[in-house]
Amino acid sequence: MIGEIDPTIIHLTVFVLAVFVGYHVVWNVTPALHTPLMSVTNAISSIILVGAMLAAGTAESDWGVWLGAVAVVLASVNVFGGFLVTQRMLEMFKKKEKKGNA
Amino acid sequence: MSANFIALAYLVAAVFFILALKGLSSPLSARRGNLFGMLGMTIAVATTLTITENWALILGCIAIGGLIGSIVAQRVQMTAMPELVAFMHSLVGLAAVFIAIAAVNNPVSFGLPEVLPTGSKLELFLGTFIGAMTWSGSVIAFLKLSGRMSGAPIVFSGQHLLNLLLAIVMIGFGLWFFFTETTNWTAFSAMTAIAFLLGFLIIVPIGGADMPVVISMLNSYSGWAAAGIGFSLGNPMLIIAGSLVGSSGAILSYIMCKAMNRPFLSVILGGFGSDGGAQAAGDGTQKTYRSGSADDAAFLMGNADSVIIVPGYGLAVARAQHAVKELAEALLKAGVNVRFAIHPVAGRMPGHMNVLLAEAEIPYEQVLEMDEINSDFSNTDVVLVLGANDVVNPAANVPGSPIYGMPILDAYKARTVMVVKRSMAAGYAGLDNDLFYMDKTMMVFGDAKKVVENMVKAL
Repeated sequence: MIGEIDPTIIHLTVFVLAVFVGYHVVWNVTPALHTPLMSVTNAISSIILVGAMLAAGTAESDWGVWLGAVAVVLASVNVFGGFLVTQRMLEMFKKKEKKGNA
Repeated sequence: MSANFIALAYLVAAVFFILALKGLSSPLSARRGNLFGMLGMTIAVATTLTITENWALILGCIAIGGLIGSIVAQRVQMTAMPELVAFMHSLVGLAAVFIAIAAVNNPVSFGLPEVLPTGSKLELFLGTFIGAMTWSGSVIAFLKLSGRMSGAPIVFSGQHLLNLLLAIVMIGFGLWFFFTETTNWTAFSAMTAIAFLLGFLIIVPIGGADMPVVISMLNSYSGWAAAGIGFSLGNPMLIIAGSLVGSSGAILSYIMCKAMNRPFLSVILGGFGSDGGAQAAGDGTQKTYRSGSADDAAFLMGNADSVIIVPGYGLAVARAQHAVKELAEALLKAGVNVRFAIHPVAGRMPGHMNVLLAEAEIPYEQVLEMDEINSDFSNTDVVLVLGANDVVNPAANVPGSPIYGMPILDAYKARTVMVVKRSMAAGYAGLDNDLFYMDKTMMVFGDAKKVVENMVKAL
């Protein structure tokens, strides 16, 4: 029976469940960390990098490859920038915590 | 590598992304969460590499992008975080558009049939138009937040009608694209161009202080764009990661709207504060207020038992966070109980104030959210309002006021209120703030940073 299902339906199932997971996980994020939340979700949304790599990584070379390559650059800026800036912000929250305990 | 193995590796990456968000529930687990996020991304990229060619090109591009991203992340000022986030949203949007164009051009490289089925076309349409709107909307948000463009709302008559018409025309081109058997580049390009224009037009009328909502909304869009591309490519990991981000941004938009007591639609339609100004200014009666120097303020705070500091966007503009830290320390040394009260929409993005105070190494036990501290204002000696306005405006309790019902910090309940402001100008809502005219209120005029530094000197 599973074999007869349109893959789009399966993807829709994944999508709806993932939205629920996201909903519940994000409500638990403490308001003090909302800015790091934005920067880390930014980094996560650059998972689109995977799509860009597929576009750039095809053997048939035409302008689509170059479009993909530009997309790889754009998404990589976000991956590195997003995770590193989040790390930088969270380090600052760490410093405070040490001082608070001392 | 087998398709099953790749799908499993993607699943592992998706789980790491969920753990990354889960880590943010507390500052203690947040850094580990971020590492999980990086790990997830590494797994995803490494797995994808095994099924692609042109490694030199791909790795070279990742290196270029990675270098730029790392430099930006190291150099950016914490006060500029809202601009940075807007800038990064725009990149996701643009990348989504490029990928969609590449997929329309050569579906086979993405494992799609050579002639795109209508379903895939619909998904590509969604990915493209959300991506395009994310890009142009974020560019405007970036220009507004970084001060390269006025933060004032730009409104003109027939604006909403124009947007609606454009949206309908865009969907029309979309339908033409779906129902043409071959690849219809005319329809696809026209649709993409209109989506770019729409993103621009939708953000232009939204004013500066509504930016927390806009930036959360664009955050959400960037997620949906990734999910849309995931649908087109049939990649569950992109769908999962995109939905996580999409729902995160949606929740943040909801929290921000609730904190302003304004319906989401009204924020998005924009123009707020442009018509209310005249009515508020035309009040007629000349109200009197008391002003004092930084020395007077320092004297009052030094003799108080408890002080609550309410930071706002003015603190970020003046980059006064380090000066405030010194002030808090000086007061603590004098035996004063100092705490910070953060309104959810203080600043230009969710959590903006928390990050600035964290940068200045103010212990987070001293930094409290609105719900935690609101009941304490009535037995607090001094409230110091630093560059905040609407979030402490008691007009929110007066029926009929434009901001009626907005949850505020009850600063007016404290025994003494001190407001550091550049002038008596109205806040974003264009409303006069009765708090400034109360008998117990003292205005201290000047740049937040200079005033606070003078206070520290006086203590």
